[in-house]
Amino acid sequence: MTRLARTAMIAVPLAFLAVFFLYPVATIIGRGLWPDGTLDLDPIVDVVGDASQREVVWFTLWQAALSTVLTLAVGLPAAYAFSRFWFPGVGLVRSLVVVPFVLPTLVVSSAFLALGMEPSLGAILVAHVFFNYAVVVRTVGGLWAHLDPHQEEAARMLGASRVRAFTAITLPALRPAIFAAAAIVFLFTFTSFGVVLVLGGPTRSTLETEIYRQTAQLLDLETAAALSIVQLLAVIALLVVTERLAGRRGVALSLRAARDVGRRPRTLGERLFVAANLLVALVLLGGPLAVLVARSFDTASGVGLAHYRALGELRASSALFVPPDQAIVNSLLYALAAMALAVVIGGLAAFAIVRTRRAGAVDTALTLPLGVSAVTVGFGFLIALDEPPLDLRTSWILVPIAQALVAIPFVVRLTTPVLRSIDPSLREAAATLGASPRRVWREIDLPIGARAIAVAGGFAFAIALGEFGATVFLARPDRPTLPVVIYRLLGQPGAAPFGAAMAASVILLVLAAVSIAVVERARVADTGVF
Amino acid sequence: MLTSVLQRLVRNAVALVLATCLAGVGLAITTPTAHAAPTVGGDRDVTLRLVTHDSFSVSKKVLREFTKRTGIDVEVLPAGDAGATLNQVILTKDDPIGDVLFGVDNTFLSRALREDIFLPAEVANLAHVPPEFRLDPENRAIPIDHGAVCVNYDKEWFAEHDRPVPETLDDLLEVGDLLVVENPATSSPGLAFLLATIAHFGDGWRDAWARLRDAGVEVVNGWEEAFNGSFTAGEGNGDKPLVVSYASSPPVAVHFADPPPDESPIGTALGTCFDQIEFAGVLRGTEHPREARKLVNFMLSKRFQEDVPLQMFVFPVRSDAKLPPVFERFAEIPPAPFTLPPDEIDRNREQWIDEWTDTVLR
Amino acid sequence: MVGPSGSGKSTLLRTIAGLETPIAGRVVRDGVDLRGVPPHRRDLGLMFQDHALFPHRDVLGNVAFGLRMHGRSRRDAEREARATLERVGLAGYEHRTVAQLSGGEQQRVALARALAPAPSLLMLDEPLGALDRHLREQLVADLGRVCRELGQSVLFVTHDHDEAFGLGDRVAVLHRGRVEQVGTPTEVWRRPATAFVAEFLGWNVLDAAVPPLGTPVGQTAGLVAVRPDALEPCADGPLEARVAGRTFRRDHWSVRVHLDGSERSAELVARGATPPAIGDRLRLRVDPDGVVALPPP
Repeated sequence: MTRLARTAMIAVPLAFLAVFFLYPVATIIGRGLWPDGTLDLDPIVDVVGDASQREVVWFTLWQAALSTVLTLAVGLPAAYAFSRFWFPGVGLVRSLVVVPFVLPTLVVSSAFLALGMEPSLGAILVAHVFFNYAVVVRTVGGLWAHLDPHQEEAARMLGASRVRAFTAITLPALRPAIFAAAAIVFLFTFTSFGVVLVLGGPTRSTLETEIYRQTAQLLDLETAAALSIVQLLAVIALLVVTERLAGRRGVALSLRAARDVGRRPRTLGERLFVAANLLVALVLLGGPLAVLVARSFDTASGVGLAHYRALGELRASSALFVPPDQAIVNSLLYALAAMALAVVIGGLAAFAIVRTRRAGAVDTALTLPLGVSAVTVGFGFLIALDEPPLDLRTSWILVPIAQALVAIPFVVRLTTPVLRSIDPSLREAAATLGASPRRVWREIDLPIGARAIAVAGGFAFAIALGEFGATVFLARPDRPTLPVVIYRLLGQPGAAPFGAAMAASVILLVLAAVSIAVVERARVADTGVF
Repeated sequence: MLTSVLQRLVRNAVALVLATCLAGVGLAITTPTAHAAPTVGGDRDVTLRLVTHDSFSVSKKVLREFTKRTGIDVEVLPAGDAGATLNQVILTKDDPIGDVLFGVDNTFLSRALREDIFLPAEVANLAHVPPEFRLDPENRAIPIDHGAVCVNYDKEWFAEHDRPVPETLDDLLEVGDLLVVENPATSSPGLAFLLATIAHFGDGWRDAWARLRDAGVEVVNGWEEAFNGSFTAGEGNGDKPLVVSYASSPPVAVHFADPPPDESPIGTALGTCFDQIEFAGVLRGTEHPREARKLVNFMLSKRFQEDVPLQMFVFPVRSDAKLPPVFERFAEIPPAPFTLPPDEIDRNREQWIDEWTDTVLR
Repeated sequence: MVGPSGSGKSTLLRTIAGLETPIAGRVVRDGVDLRGVPPHRRDLGLMFQDHALFPHRDVLGNVAFGLRMHGRSRRDAEREARATLERVGLAGYEHRTVAQLSGGEQQRVALARALAPAPSLLMLDEPLGALDRHLREQLVADLGRVCRELGQSVLFVTHDHDEAFGLGDRVAVLHRGRVEQVGTPTEVWRRPATAFVAEFLGWNVLDAAVPPLGTPVGQTAGLVAVRPDALEPCADGPLEARVAGRTFRRDHWSVRVHLDGSERSAELVARGATPPAIGDRLRLRVDPDGVVALPPP
């Protein structure tokens, strides 16, 4: 791998990030802090000095922390149950738990509200666990599935109780995965928008909803800029801290193939444990979705497909009417475009990260979009990308770009561990068989990495399908995606639009589930974070 | 574990997906928008961009008529909710993203005019618009439709329970426990209702709200949550028979009910209404001011105005526009809705919202 | 090349292959100094300890890899790869994946992969370590046969001297990074050159000062190597010893004795059904043919 090629590999993702994220965000924040050409830091001072804003920051922090703790509490036993035990359908369970994660939070939260949930702190917490359960189960479970059970058994033979062996041997080995999962969950709940807006009610607001209010509603760019900076700093701090904590692999891991480790539950206690976790997953994840599905079939004349038909007929006269198949196609096409972008950018970044020492900084930089408000990014696009050759303001391509920005961190996280785990002796063997360094990269790193990237791409596809935030705040030619269609339907009075919204939600659900399932079948080895 | 067959399959699938991507990209670029109509004898071949919010709607047929008549294509750019749309337009006023903006209401009117985003457009059809709607003497913001934000009540609930149906804002103070309102900070009808109380109670508005708060009024963030989540006659399992909604909700409920009832299940408290007027205008900096004016004029044509009720669930401003039958039968039009001067709203809005938040939410 | 763990065998192979850079010294092949030549241009084959098969290719893909790297067309490479697979007894395995192979099969594939491009020298780094004895013996035999058929030069590294002496045309004994002795198996076996080699081969290293030991080779001081079967229990032998332990080895007993007049102990071979008991006193005779003088350390 020549120096030039390596530099190009890092340069492309960073350039993408710089043009489509850093530049727009800097521009809109700049508008707020440099209103007349002179730096005015008063908004920051005002925000820090304002008690109610401080309360907002505080609330954001502790609800995220509480959500993370709860998600870990519910998710860790499930990670154990679904990764160390084998039972018929365990693969399906592992796949399906990912579906809530990719669903649009604003839309699903609105549906839950309409289906009876009351806005409250409890609702926020439950919704956060609902959406982020999969992060813990898949990240920690993914590593747990490969831990050699002999280590814990050796400890027990030496006199350690079950609990002691767990805390002394297994827990330290799991630490990187637990930290990675906790970091992602904290990041998502810290920047949670749809859940807080809908299920928090008017008395609760977080940094994210505040930024939305200031930017989109009040056009108070100064305050919005100040709040965005506070949020950015918090997110950067979080990412740096977790990078440090998780990166310190103090324990040399003894990894075995997953199929050697999983076994059927034997004792009654084990069976009960697995069953209990299955029940929790069913109720927590399946329950709300089942209600959604049920409502979609609940028509005025009993159980039927009227709502689904209505999707094609309701408001069909409107110039802005989009038949459901068109919305589905729009969603799929945007998701495909986003996936292509995410795969190329994320793949290059993954290859580059594995080969450079400054890996942590690049990874953190690429994860930043997850921590910045979609409204900030969207409005940033508006004022930054307004001159050729980047006059993309009202171009459809901004949608997949915004979606890709959110998907790229996941592509990187899914690919780098696989790349890192390539045995160096494979490269040496190739060299002794006559492969030049470039050939080695092409014959060893690329094929193995490409497969991981393909899996990551499938995941990016599912994420793009359910993306909602950025795509709804941008003025763009009217090619709405499914989440936008659902959002519009929910905003109309009447039984018919509501039922149609439920039907469209179920369609989105099925699309997401199918794409996740397809991705899962194509997986070779389930190492890797997530 | 993959066999080599499945490996090949995966490889092919990836190639297929990438190819579909490229195809999709190409398709997306070349696919015409949902309502691009063939231009008949179009010598100009101009496409106007109409920036609007997500609640905008117009019949395909009506839009096509405009294109047929003038040869101008219209591309609609929805941009989020009303506030977000306006703010995006203001943000980009030096290099506008469209030619015409639709969707500024009277609560935002002053801001729009202050930011000078519109060009004056003294269009011919303005002659048919009553003066109470023409709030901009310079005709930069052209009124297109109006609606009233009112408190709706669940007729069935009140028939079954022994509580009086409120008719005025004063009545409402007695039944605060039955009411769900939207947060004026995040919701347009919520703000309109707050303005109604300010217009009616004057300086005593804070006390009025304190009473409502003490009675147990429910506050939610948006209309969907209020109507479908909390309203007893909505789609969810709500428990509040009074909701801040629109005067058009009763006919709309009938229109979308299956089968359509003889009477609307929802009533309107006519003394609680605040008038919302919605404006459109030609954006300053457009490259096609003449064509843009034509579109705005068309929005005041009978054709467009009569299309408005069933598309956007509001009322036309044009005095000679006919209402659709379901509106004729079931819409109760408030005789004297509350209003406030737009610049007074603009001056005090934030402070009012802050005070409301302090009174009701804290 | 044979030597105990940690003696530097793998490092030596990797240095020859170009995967490690020597701090001092040269690697010279046919008079050409290989310094600066990267591994992929040295035309050397290396079969790894953990075989390092490519998991993302099937058996044929693995074996054909080196041929492709050397410029053969895909068709030619696959043809020759098939032939090599047949040679190692894996005809028909072409399209299996690596994960589907047993340990012995993986070693064969790794061997085939290293053999296929017919390198000027094939290096094998403890290739049979993870296999059970039976499999190992079988593979050693196959290895020898295939390489001799192909006329392939092989540098075979192991810690097991049965393998080394059974397979090699020449044997080198490595100790702490130094070659202590090089020669044909017979030479090295019959005449160990240093105390380490002698001990490594299982000889007894004893004091020459004990007369029956030193006299056959004319030494009265220093050390001598005495083959275990050169010490025979004999009723009137010149050497006296006391039995300290014994181990059953199927067709003989290996008896450990403390020699009078020396602090060292020796191992000797006892045939017959009843071996001497622990604590017994023995008299031993020394076969002069089994005594070799050792240089001073």
